[in-house]
Amino acid sequence: MEKNLIRVALVGQPNVGKSSLINAIAKAKLHVGNFAGVTVEKSEVHTRYCDPDGCAEYEIEIVDLPGVYSLSDYSMEERVTKEFLLTEEYDLIVNVIDATHLQRNLLLTAELLELGRKMVVALNMIDEAREEGIVIDSAQLSQILGVPVVETSARTKEGIEELKAKIVEVYKKPQTESKIIYSDFIEEEIDRLVEFFKAKHYRSEIPYRHLAIRLLREDTSIYKKMHDDPIWIELLPLLRDALDHIYLHAGKKDLAEIFADEHFAFAKGAKMEVISPEHMRAKNWTQKIDNLLINKYLGIPIFLFLMWGLFQLTFTLGQVPMDWIDAGFGWLADQARTLLGDGELASVVADGIIGGVGAVVLFLPNIIILFLGIALLETTGYMSRVAFLLDGFFHKFGLHGKSFIPLVTGFGCTVPAYMAARTLKSRSDRLITLFILGFFSCSARIPVYVLFAGAFFGAEHAGNILFLIYIVGALLGLIAAKILRTYFFKGEDDPFVMEMPKYRLPSLKLIYHVVSGQAMDYLKKAGTFILAASVLIWFASTYPKQPELEAQYRQKIEQVQQEEKRQMLENELQTKKLERSYLGQIGKLTEPFFAPLGFDWRLSVALEAGLAAKEVIVSTMGVLYSLGDEVNGESSSLQKRLKENIDLPTAIAFIVFVMIYIPCLASMAVFLREAGSWRYLGYLFLMTTGAAWLLSFAAYNLTKLLI
Amino acid sequence: MVLTELKKGDRAQIKKINADPELKHRLHSFGIIPGEELEVKGCSLARQTMEIEVDGTLFALRKEEAEKIEVEPEKPLSGA
Repeated sequence: MEKNLIRVALVGQPNVGKSSLINAIAKAKLHVGNFAGVTVEKSEVHTRYCDPDGCAEYEIEIVDLPGVYSLSDYSMEERVTKEFLLTEEYDLIVNVIDATHLQRNLLLTAELLELGRKMVVALNMIDEAREEGIVIDSAQLSQILGVPVVETSARTKEGIEELKAKIVEVYKKPQTESKIIYSDFIEEEIDRLVEFFKAKHYRSEIPYRHLAIRLLREDTSIYKKMHDDPIWIELLPLLRDALDHIYLHAGKKDLAEIFADEHFAFAKGAKMEVISPEHMRAKNWTQKIDNLLINKYLGIPIFLFLMWGLFQLTFTLGQVPMDWIDAGFGWLADQARTLLGDGELASVVADGIIGGVGAVVLFLPNIIILFLGIALLETTGYMSRVAFLLDGFFHKFGLHGKSFIPLVTGFGCTVPAYMAARTLKSRSDRLITLFILGFFSCSARIPVYVLFAGAFFGAEHAGNILFLIYIVGALLGLIAAKILRTYFFKGEDDPFVMEMPKYRLPSLKLIYHVVSGQAMDYLKKAGTFILAASVLIWFASTYPKQPELEAQYRQKIEQVQQEEKRQMLENELQTKKLERSYLGQIGKLTEPFFAPLGFDWRLSVALEAGLAAKEVIVSTMGVLYSLGDEVNGESSSLQKRLKENIDLPTAIAFIVFVMIYIPCLASMAVFLREAGSWRYLGYLFLMTTGAAWLLSFAAYNLTKLLI
Repeated sequence: MVLTELKKGDRAQIKKINADPELKHRLHSFGIIPGEELEVKGCSLARQTMEIEVDGTLFALRKEEAEKIEVEPEKPLSGA
């Protein structure tokens, strides 16, 4: 059977449901968001289609380009999308437009039509438009645009099959010319140029009309291309005349603006023709919600309350399954010990693998709840309201309201947050955001916080402590931003103009995809990276063996009669063994650096292991503190062991250190990519470690003074 | 008159945008274009940011940008 590959470039403005549409077509997992610039990466999906008349196999490859309002160089997304459309190879464009915001969406459609490529328009969210009472004559729209228009809805699956069929149909048909019609004075000049090309029998890859339009728009690439062509000498005066005429008629010399006006006239005209005017003013409930949520006085308290609720929920609701998981892994470790006896193997399995991985998996419920919250904020459209509320405040700290999106994403994971910072246009805004993102505690640090908050403040206060940690971290970040803006990155301010998408009820499927994806990532990390790290740490903490030391203690233990005394000696032995292990040696070596903060070698080692990933801190502690434990004793819980070994000032200093220092290896790699220079990564490392040490030192001594 | 002088609930027609080409283009691509009507939907504390509606879409603008948009308020029409 014949196989055909069709490469489709999916283009649309933000919030038109582009990714949902892909999900509906290809049933592939993709991140979908209700915020400008959530979909930044190119992602490709394959789907098969059987043509009705020939029934040939088609493979449609869809490249989901970032949502853009226009094809300019304003933001990173626009650059990516424009670059792709102009230089990459693809067969046709599918332009997704939001039926409820036809006019604005058609502005982009007009620009896309100018590219002169094959195109299909997906009139998406048609179900929502109908609910709002908007009736669109899509056949008429197709007439005006000169390309097929398919009414679709990702939610109800309407038009999905038809869209696939249209893609194949358009793919098979030859190229047609753009139907976008300009004002007469521009059309005249286009005609004149086209006539000239015809007369000269000029060989052009693109249709004459498009060539003429691009010349009139002063498209740099086409000028470069034609500059060395002999025809250029004759073309130049013609072009100069044409432009002069256009300037004269338009009354201005700004070509971008002249063509923007043309697109606007086109979009408005098209809308007027396809929507019956009485249906155009549909009220929706977004306004009512906005009256409350972005209220001058209530907006920010509501936002803070929602965030507080989220952290409370993360802790209290998460506690239930956590107890089960804890018990489950405890049971597993016991089983391993019974099954494998008392040897090395039992130790590596029970203490190393099960202990380490268990300590990380334990926090899965917390992470799921937090990501659920963030996904809800994102998909309902609340996120951009918060950007609106916070911009005034953020602006004072030298941040952009839009920085809020990467910053909140940072509460989930710093890695995607670094990538989300691409939505910021100005370089200084972006760099500042990148630098301070680490202050916004990622979910991988939750285990550490939960562990310490639970151990030192009790379960009933842990939610509040967690909230406090996040707030303090965020404030530190803002202060850092102010310092960076004042002394290091003094750049132009990025203008703040942003669409506020309609509120949407999040679809369960979407939320499920996002959250399960994150949860799987976390588990995968626990199963691979953290498993390996656990075994490594187990190894470093049990080797080299010290037979003399052991023999010496065994003798002592045997001589002692009292059970209590025996136990003490046993513990002493375990501690001594640990101290002399490789891990202990590393810890001892770096102990002086951490000593002013009250950290012993075990905490030092945990912090160093945490450079790889924050989850590793807890698993390291799990290994370090469980080895010293009387095996199988009642007090197997890590929290209890911590409380016995660490005092409050040290615990607080430790939390502060973890809050501030660099998140993980992966984040460093992404930071490097996004910031674009090793130098910046060096600064970041120095800044975070320095700040962590100083603030941790301050916290340690302050707490000591107070208690 | 510029946009920042309007109050919540005011409607006006966009007259002119006095911004650099880049920002102007940005506003255009949003459909914020001379000739269009807008309605002020709300302001944040201290009027640092404002929310406007243009052609059924809501936008957030900072004060600095709103000052660049010249508008002509709509007179309340009687009987129309």
